[in-house]
Amino acid sequence: MNFTFHRKRISGISAVVPARERSFVEEMRNFNFPEARSLKLKEVMGYDKRRIVEPHVCVSDLAVFGVQSLFDRGLLARDEVDALLLVTQSPDYFMPPTSNIIQGRLGLNQDTVCLDVNQACAGFVIGLIQAFMLLDQESIKKVVLINGDVLSRKTSAKDRNIYPLIGDAASITIVERDARNLPIHASLKMDGTRSETLMIPAGGMRMPSTPETAVLQNVGDNNLRAKDHLLMDGTAIFNFVQLEVPPLIEGLLARAGVPIGSVDYFLCHQPNRFMLQKLADKMKVPYAKMPNNVVEKFGNSGSTTIPLAITLNLADKLTGNSELQTCMAGFGGGLVWAAMLMRLGGLAFCEIIDYP
Amino acid sequence: MKQLPDILKEIRPEFDFTTSNNFMEDGMLDSFDMVTLVSTLDKTYGISIQGTDIVPENFQNLQTIEALLRKCGVQL
Repeated sequence: MNFTFHRKRISGISAVVPARERSFVEEMRNFNFPEARSLKLKEVMGYDKRRIVEPHVCVSDLAVFGVQSLFDRGLLARDEVDALLLVTQSPDYFMPPTSNIIQGRLGLNQDTVCLDVNQACAGFVIGLIQAFMLLDQESIKKVVLINGDVLSRKTSAKDRNIYPLIGDAASITIVERDARNLPIHASLKMDGTRSETLMIPAGGMRMPSTPETAVLQNVGDNNLRAKDHLLMDGTAIFNFVQLEVPPLIEGLLARAGVPIGSVDYFLCHQPNRFMLQKLADKMKVPYAKMPNNVVEKFGNSGSTTIPLAITLNLADKLTGNSELQTCMAGFGGGLVWAAMLMRLGGLAFCEIIDYP
Repeated sequence: MKQLPDILKEIRPEFDFTTSNNFMEDGMLDSFDMVTLVSTLDKTYGISIQGTDIVPENFQNLQTIEALLRKCGVQL
């Protein structure tokens, strides 16, 4: 599915990361692997530090902290929030929607449109598409897009496939109308036939959590994981990304009439450094134009890695006089892959803050 | 330049890679070892093995890995 939007812009991004930092070197003794092999993995994949929440912290905690901080500093006003859109795979509850919980805790008025969107690593692009659609309504002038996940709480510390790469984070992106008529192009693909490639098998209605689903099992390669935990077929995901994402981006650029050399930054979801370097090689994009340093500093926090890549690498440029042509691309659970070509600049804020 | 069996042995010193016909099935390489191997081969031969070629079939044994290297322009 292709989309084109006009007169929309991002006016600020604030990323919230837990202050609690973990180190791969300290954690690698959890895995049933020789230290030398783990260290080689660290070098290739870019594992180093990651931020994870304390076991009681939920997505709404990170979100409320971040939005309240914007209120406190006068960067956003309560009565400006017409819609609150939350993209998460780790809601506080099955019901009510976590966006409603955030609305209530922030004291937003009853006219605020609150929506939860259950999407994974493509969730920043999908969230922006949804926010732009909301802004087509005359009554909605500002959308607060929140991306957040606390999936470290659903990973096994004995699973080397997942545990060392997962981070927790949230981001608050302010989306509003733009007086200028600059086009924004997006492309989105979904394939539910591969939905079991990345999933949490137990805990929903299909397989409710029981004492049995909490039992760690040897799932191969000396990894121990329970059905309550996040699982990922790493090889399948890697090949999915290498096969599907380059043609999606090439098609998007062709449709927009923008040569690949005119894109200042490719801001991709960041599962690990190796995957992004291979993606850059395939697309013949210099590594400097495709930042891959989020996973080594914060871990893979799902849909929040793109706003983290922006705030970590481009804050000075985007809050200054620069305007950058960016191509964002998210890919992951669903399976879903999505890309957006959008100019960024003139942000009121572009920052990373620690929780608490 | 290092020979392929030596490169493999650096990753998994406990195995003799000249005797197996399927490294994956014999438990000598897992998916993360494959990633480490690709990174090492890229650096050793000055190539970039395409992401779409990083599949278990290309890393079954010495012959399949050598075929992949030849595809990337390496003269063995």
